[in-house]
Amino acid sequence: MNCIEVKNITKNYGRTCALDNVSLCFEENKIYGLLGRNGAGKSTLLNVITNRIFADSGEVFVDGQPIEGNDAALGKLYLMSEKTNYPEKMKVKHAFSWSKNFYPGFDAAYAASLAEKFELDTNKMIKSLSTGYNSIFKLIIALSVNTPYVLLDEPVLGLDANHRELFYRILLEKYSEHPCTIIISTHLIEEVSGLIENVIIIKKSKIIKDESCEELLSQGYTVSGSASNVDTYISNQNVLGADTIGGLKSAYILGTRNTEIPEGIEISKLDLQKLFIKLTN
Amino acid sequence: MQINFNSDKTIFIQIAEGIEDAILSGAFSEESQIPSITEFSVTYKINPATALKGINILVDNDIVYKKRGLGMFVATGAKEKLKEKRKDQFYDSYIVGLLAEAKRLNLSEEDIKTMIERGYEQ
Repeated sequence: MNCIEVKNITKNYGRTCALDNVSLCFEENKIYGLLGRNGAGKSTLLNVITNRIFADSGEVFVDGQPIEGNDAALGKLYLMSEKTNYPEKMKVKHAFSWSKNFYPGFDAAYAASLAEKFELDTNKMIKSLSTGYNSIFKLIIALSVNTPYVLLDEPVLGLDANHRELFYRILLEKYSEHPCTIIISTHLIEEVSGLIENVIIIKKSKIIKDESCEELLSQGYTVSGSASNVDTYISNQNVLGADTIGGLKSAYILGTRNTEIPEGIEISKLDLQKLFIKLTN
Repeated sequence: MQINFNSDKTIFIQIAEGIEDAILSGAFSEESQIPSITEFSVTYKINPATALKGINILVDNDIVYKKRGLGMFVATGAKEKLKEKRKDQFYDSYIVGLLAEAKRLNLSEEDIKTMIERGYEQ
């Protein structure tokens, strides 16, 4: 089966453990959301997958082939990372033309059309781009390389709301027409919750959730009502947290819902962002 | 048509119901083409698999059908079929909630009937 397989990856930085025996599988043609708090290990994972940093132990396979020293396997991956790996003094348009040499599938005409949509001046030097436009520059390359696996680390960093909206639309258009595997690591969970098919939550260097977004959301719910009613209802349940205001209480639960809802209790949905906050607190 | 990400209803159900509403209101007429999976996906910023899942509910119920290579179309008789379905759901969708609120407010059966009559008079 075509996939990225991460097997028992461990990575330490000195005494700090960044990834602790992580195993995962990214299936073909799905959009993944890689969620985690600052320092949880998201970027380390993406960098290990693309062989930019080396794990202490464990292996990564792309379509069954180990990535280590394997140009053919690595050529199937593209990582848009926080770092800009192009020479600072290079002009945007030259970066586009150079990309073709590294990624034969790079579509220069498509990149130029995206630059126009985002109003990115391709005659500018990369170092003179603002934070937002630096992200846009890197995004355009990521959307134009046409590799079967595209990894996006914080793709919308510094983008204004209009540009973020435009990016999500272009991403979905591209994905609908030419499906590929997309892994998005982001803190803007609400914005991607509809986009992603599978969600992976990483907490303190360990994977705590790896399942379909719909499946995960169906397990979380909020119980609200008077504190005493809520407390009775939630005993024996997996309570992630609760908020109280006056005599009212809202509890956040992970588990299957009871079909019988007693009077005075209201059950509502727990959205992905809230669920994430409760799981990673 | 709006998708509410905070709704208790899953997104694919909202897509299916949104299309149903559009058929009932006449915005999507019978034998006319409905937007593609990509259009739904891009417009509402949802995964194409989610949009497909919603539309497949309608395909399974013969509300919408696929024409190979052309797209998806509203079936003849879809509007009537949906009206019947909504009528069946009317009690659960509206009356149950209405009675629950009436009970909380101590409104009698007579009070409710009077209000309904008032609604018809206006």
